[in-house]
Amino acid sequence: MTKFSSLSRQYWPTVALFAFLLACWQLAVSLGGIREYLLPSPLAVWNALWHSEIGWTQHLWATTLEIIGAFVLAAVVGVALGVAIAWSPLIANALVPFLVFVNTLPKVAIAPLFLIWMGYGIFPNMLMGALIGFFPVVINTAVGLSQVEADMLDLGRVFNAPKWKIFAKIRIPNALPYILSALKITATAAVVGAIVGEFVASQKGLGYVITTTQSSMNTAVAFAALIWISIVGLLLYGAVVLLAQLWAPWAEGVD
Amino acid sequence: MSKVLIDLDQVGMTYEAASGPVEALAGITSAIGAGEFVSLVGPSGCGKSTLLRIVAGLRPATSGTVAVSGRAVTQPIPDIGMVFQAPILLKWRSILENVLLPAELAGKDPKALKPRAEQLLEMAGLGGFGPKLPRELSGGMQQRAALCRALLLDPPLLLMDEPFGALDAMTRDDMALELLRIWGESDLARDARKTVLFVTHSIPEAVFLSDRVLVMSARPGRIAADLRIDLPRPRTVELRASEAFGKLTLGIFRALTGRTVGAAGTA
Repeated sequence: MTKFSSLSRQYWPTVALFAFLLACWQLAVSLGGIREYLLPSPLAVWNALWHSEIGWTQHLWATTLEIIGAFVLAAVVGVALGVAIAWSPLIANALVPFLVFVNTLPKVAIAPLFLIWMGYGIFPNMLMGALIGFFPVVINTAVGLSQVEADMLDLGRVFNAPKWKIFAKIRIPNALPYILSALKITATAAVVGAIVGEFVASQKGLGYVITTTQSSMNTAVAFAALIWISIVGLLLYGAVVLLAQLWAPWAEGVD
Repeated sequence: MSKVLIDLDQVGMTYEAASGPVEALAGITSAIGAGEFVSLVGPSGCGKSTLLRIVAGLRPATSGTVAVSGRAVTQPIPDIGMVFQAPILLKWRSILENVLLPAELAGKDPKALKPRAEQLLEMAGLGGFGPKLPRELSGGMQQRAALCRALLLDPPLLLMDEPFGALDAMTRDDMALELLRIWGESDLARDARKTVLFVTHSIPEAVFLSDRVLVMSARPGRIAADLRIDLPRPRTVELRASEAFGKLTLGIFRALTGRTVGAAGTA
């Protein structure tokens, strides 16, 4: 109960502001005579959220799959590249300039190429999300692996510990908070990538729903799709935050 | 003197800096006996810490030879325990797991050494703190845990690089007493004790702890004086107020600064 009351004390301004904005919105639409295709009322959006004709389930499923796939791909590839960079200066010298180049490319501009190479489908959109989200993971992994006190490494040398053991026991756990912090960025980037991919080429997904509403002027559905997207994004972000607290509870404030 | 554990013969160290070669150590010759507690004092940058790392084999000397237990040191040697100025405990490991780290790094079974680790923690006044995380302990307690870690594999030689330098003055004096107790000052025979090479900035600390104090001069670091501390053991708090203690402290101060009279100034 005390936990609930402290939570409510912390978040009541958020809820109040949200309710106030919703009320303003509803009033503006119903009293101000704004046309429905320009700005649908909150009620219309609420109805659209459960509109069965849209077939939300399949779109939600497709986009969620893309986002999770993009996230996992970015995390795995990002960590692997980060470890490779920290492992060998040779790999670092070969890889880093190339990665910086890839990162400076506007990924959205590559999306049409993905369509040519891979056609329609979930995978190209996953790849787009991964491409946008992997870079911070690489950098944070490499940085986290190298931020170990020199004295600690001396300790490893005194006992003649092999390099992999130093990585497994010291460097990788040390990098964990850095990696988890990057994954929070990746969680949002994965959402952006998946939607961008769907905008360019798709037959399914919440981004696809939004593009179809452009021609039908069904703005309420576009708003509903936005809400679904943000729910998926928030859930993923929340999962990463939770994971960080579980996995690296010692790392308070490495954000 | 008992048998020699560390033999330093004309040890020198020159490293390349942007402005040209810098001579950090020159002509260090000394023999340190098994079971001796030897402190290195000297001004900042005199190469005390470098010398410690050369003895550990972590850094090669550029001239001269170092031998530990009769074997030339050319690479890191495993039979040492190291304590640094910071405790450098792994934040994600419990105190007990931190103390057991050397076993894992050296490829030994940590389970077999767990009783010893627990016994060391008990001896260091950390009984019951094994499952805690480092951040739950004070700086002094963390440094005790670091000492336990250094002692885990029962090395004959302890290298300590300003281990109490980051602690407040009261904790520091307390830790000095604790160290002597753990070292076995009152319950171990002289040659059953570990050899300790102890780097410090504090002259009274060096006098209080040591059998011998090596006073080093500034760059290039040389041994300017080799002073025997013939104070009775076990050392007590009262000893710090004695005349003999004051005389030895003053003697080292003079050896360090080259002054025979006058007030304290540049330290």
